[in-house]
Amino acid sequence: MDAPTITDIAQAEQGSSLWRDAWLRLRRNRLAVFGLAVLSFFIVIALLTPWIAPYAYAQQQLELGATPPSAAHWLGTDIFGRDMLTQIMYGGRISLAVGFIATSVALLIGITWGAIAGYFGGKVDALMMRLVDILYALPFMIFIVLLMVVFGRNMLLLFLAIGAVEWLTMARIMRSQVQSLRQQEFVEAAISLGLSPATIIRRHLVPNALGPIIVYTTLTIPSVMLLEAFLSFLGLGVQPPQTSWGLLIAYGAETMEEYPWLLLYPGLTLVLTLFSLNFLGDGLRDALDVRGAKD
Amino acid sequence: MWRFIGFRLLQSIPVLLVVITVTFFLVRLAPGGPFSSEKAVIPEVKAALEEQYRLNLPMYEQYIAYLADLAEGDLGPSFKYPGRSVNELIAAGFPVTAELGFYALLVAISIGGIAGIVASLRPNSAQDYIPMSVAMIGICVPSLLMGPILILVFGIYLEWLPVSGWGDMPGDKILPAITLGSTYAAYIARLSRAGMLEVMSQDYIRTARAKGLPEWQVVVRHGLRGGLIPVVAFLGPAFAGLLSGSFVVETIFQIPGLGRFYVQAAFNRDYTMILGATVFLATLIIVFNLLSDILAAWMNPRLRSQYGGR
Repeated sequence: MDAPTITDIAQAEQGSSLWRDAWLRLRRNRLAVFGLAVLSFFIVIALLTPWIAPYAYAQQQLELGATPPSAAHWLGTDIFGRDMLTQIMYGGRISLAVGFIATSVALLIGITWGAIAGYFGGKVDALMMRLVDILYALPFMIFIVLLMVVFGRNMLLLFLAIGAVEWLTMARIMRSQVQSLRQQEFVEAAISLGLSPATIIRRHLVPNALGPIIVYTTLTIPSVMLLEAFLSFLGLGVQPPQTSWGLLIAYGAETMEEYPWLLLYPGLTLVLTLFSLNFLGDGLRDALDVRGAKD
Repeated sequence: MWRFIGFRLLQSIPVLLVVITVTFFLVRLAPGGPFSSEKAVIPEVKAALEEQYRLNLPMYEQYIAYLADLAEGDLGPSFKYPGRSVNELIAAGFPVTAELGFYALLVAISIGGIAGIVASLRPNSAQDYIPMSVAMIGICVPSLLMGPILILVFGIYLEWLPVSGWGDMPGDKILPAITLGSTYAAYIARLSRAGMLEVMSQDYIRTARAKGLPEWQVVVRHGLRGGLIPVVAFLGPAFAGLLSGSFVVETIFQIPGLGRFYVQAAFNRDYTMILGATVFLATLIIVFNLLSDILAAWMNPRLRSQYGGR
């Protein structure tokens, strides 16, 4: 590795101070910090679940049945005597995984699509963005249901299907970013150095559009998680023996009259997560001064 | 204005064709025909059924025949319910879904609009924070949770309202409409607040105030028209969301609407029903997007002249 040159150091300092400013602004926003804390907590729990879950995932105690919260089962048990806290922890792994992976799929498609359209402009841009406009007008829920029916209900497809419909706004944001960056001198310099468009997009355009990308990603995750919950609730998403928060809510709703806690706790967990993500997204948007990242 | 409408209408036709084509071939790709699971169908019966559903023809001929039927408004027979056509199923389910969607939109516009306008009049005060925090709750509590909770509280504990059904008992339409409308009320509150805030700082509002108009007249007569453009533009997408959202709400409240039929068709692998309903809903949504765009353009003079000039 070469010794860092002066420009490297200057860039690093420039970069870190920009991000440090944003971090300072974010830290002043109490709701965003709360969101970040809750989210980090849930992610850590989800990662550690197999080791810290109080009971085994499939462990049933049929003779116990549904019991309200107690010292042995903090959030109660379901009708099969399964520990609710354990169920919610394992469900969270899937719900969060869908949220993050499907969002990554959406991110990848959206950034590539938007960057290409914005970089080349003209007819390519018109054609590509026309397609985005068209897709915007379509009923996605219906198409995901359709995809799940046609290709069977499996997790991989769920990730891809949700990701494949959530990339549109990302593409629009990326395109407008690239359009304004494209005019700047450092991009012209890169072109005159003979760099390929792919390299310019990857090395120069994407890093400079990172703010809006981060903000919009944070706001996409909750809508992705909501889609998963909807599908699982209808029985078209995550399938038993696996579980997710949407599925737990569906089961809870069936028996809520007798055992309301079976609906309440998974519901609260989902809502708290969605709240956190939305607050964090709003906070990041203000901190990074990104306009028009929502809607 | 007419140019704008014509332009958007022409644009809708290829979109619709793409939707129909993609859906048609996607459904045909599905593994297992509708009769393959059934035990030992007599060959003659199978042949007759295949002929009835045109499965004996090559794919492209099926597609052309489907388009020809579609042009006459015929969506074909249902795979699952022999003797019933997809048209009949849609005709039975759609009015219910439309009524539910209409009430939900009414809830969303009235509650969301008022909350947003009220909040915008005194930004960064309690009058702003309280409705907007409630709106955030509305966005974060999805209908799949809101519905059961409303049922539990108002239907089971308080026993004020029926817990399910549609048109069987007085008041059984209230909870579904609120459940479906709440998310959109929240979005509309945010949109109308932002729209009103922007408009109320404009020069013509200052002029209206300088003329000595009372504040409520400034808001109602001058502010609303510009401030609500984002809300009107949102109505098209909101309608699409209401339709897909009604899948969940109809399931929760056991409402015999199109959404419930669609989900059942998905479970039953009733391919023609899924195909027909998708085509129907996509058409409807495209039409609604068109209407909401036209309305928004009509409300916004700048957009009007942009298309009038071309």
